[in-house]
Amino acid sequence: MGFEPIKILYSLLSLFIIFNIGMLINGITRKIGARVGRRHGIRFYQPYIDLVKNYALRSNITHGIMFYLGPVFRLTGGIGVYLFVPAIYGSEYFGNFSFAGDLVLITYFIFFGTLGMALGAGEGGHPYSAIGISRGLAQVTAAEIPLVIAFLGAAIQYQSLSVTEMVALQQGGIQNWTMVTNPLLTAVALIAYLGTMMRSPFDIVLAPQEIPIGPPTEYHSTFLGVLQTNRAIFPMAKTVLFMNVFFGGATNWGVLILKVFLIYMWSVFVGVVFPRFRVDHSIRWFYKYALPLGLVALAATSLLIK
Amino acid sequence: MSSKDLEKRRVTGPDGEQFDVDPMQDYFCQERPKEHEPANRIWESFLNWARAESLWILGYGTGCGAIEMRPLMTPRFDAYRYGIQWRPTPRQSNVLVIGGYLSVKTLKRVIRSYEQMQGPKYVVALGSCTINGGMYWDSYNTINRLDKYLPVDIYITGCMPRPESLLAGFEALKKLIREGKGEGQNLYARNFDEYKANQKKIIRDWDMPDYNW
Repeated sequence: MGFEPIKILYSLLSLFIIFNIGMLINGITRKIGARVGRRHGIRFYQPYIDLVKNYALRSNITHGIMFYLGPVFRLTGGIGVYLFVPAIYGSEYFGNFSFAGDLVLITYFIFFGTLGMALGAGEGGHPYSAIGISRGLAQVTAAEIPLVIAFLGAAIQYQSLSVTEMVALQQGGIQNWTMVTNPLLTAVALIAYLGTMMRSPFDIVLAPQEIPIGPPTEYHSTFLGVLQTNRAIFPMAKTVLFMNVFFGGATNWGVLILKVFLIYMWSVFVGVVFPRFRVDHSIRWFYKYALPLGLVALAATSLLIK
Repeated sequence: MSSKDLEKRRVTGPDGEQFDVDPMQDYFCQERPKEHEPANRIWESFLNWARAESLWILGYGTGCGAIEMRPLMTPRFDAYRYGIQWRPTPRQSNVLVIGGYLSVKTLKRVIRSYEQMQGPKYVVALGSCTINGGMYWDSYNTINRLDKYLPVDIYITGCMPRPESLLAGFEALKKLIREGKGEGQNLYARNFDEYKANQKKIIRDWDMPDYNW
């Protein structure tokens, strides 16, 4: 397959679309949270205004080079995940840069931003940042294990490490989706999904009431703007990946938006219903329930393909 | 922390290694605040609209009046509708609400918080105590006129003002910002020496740099 320069433009367009979907879903999510608390809540376009304001603040200060690079790494992680996921199955241009074996790279990219942020926020020097990071890394690591098990199970089931091939094998109706052919694996994936979304019950990392805002405590103006941009792109990229591997992918933007919205709402509804776990609880929970379930699902998958 | 802690010194770490610590360089930025010119008129008015519609308040109750801020987060008043949100860290906030009387001890923390906020930033003074001292006007440890120590953008009078008047005050602040009059940060930078002299007159145990970013 040769490289076509026009693909860069289409990838940027695709990124732009997913950014806007992310911003709107962020707004709508907060609106839903407010309605659950019987408030009206923010306007659904408020995240855009906040973003403009943060980018437009006149002053900013830095604590060093890693402090600069933290948000950059974070955004790189988000964009990196998205650019290697085939957003629209079968589309020549919105397939982004997916290639055989992209699942391995994507799994790496999911962790990449967290590590960059850890270095950056660490240089910020605020004690709350340090607490947030140590909690964040511990929890993400615990959630990452079921996540990798779920992807590994899918790779075993479809005998492929290419997300595009996995989607191809799920075409032809809901009965071919991983959700139906391998529900146990999908359950593990959805549990891991909760752990990586930074929403309640797994949002101790940011915990506004306890360790004010966690890792981004020292981040402001443009730095915060970059983090907010990533906050729109990264969860969407992850959701698109889950949609591809477990829910049959999408053949056009309409289906993509619908599926992404529904999968995302899973984390939102769990979040508004369940209170926050402490970090030792959440790690224990992942090791006690998600990990054994993942191993069972993995064994079941191996039996399934025999 | 005393002013001695800010001196340059040599410390021995837990492993026995020795290293130099210069707190004024390592922990603080000593630069004076700078004035920031607004951008050109049309672009700036768009940015001012965004700033007005996205007021992030520092969640810092400096006095009894701060209790009137809490109901704004509840379903009854719900200030989030108007683009008003609370942030837990001064770095990310734009609005500092001074909730009523300000004791000398709190003033020090208020100044530090204000200087850590990134501009354009606004100060909302709440209650009569911030205007002339209110019922504490002859108290031995509260300040009377907040305006002498920080550039105040808007006063909300009352003792205490109800949450409705806070909302009205925030709407008035938004109007000021949209008109391009919310330049408190530049005012502070321009009259920096005067503000510092006033602050130092009140705060006797001054154990921080003159400007802590």
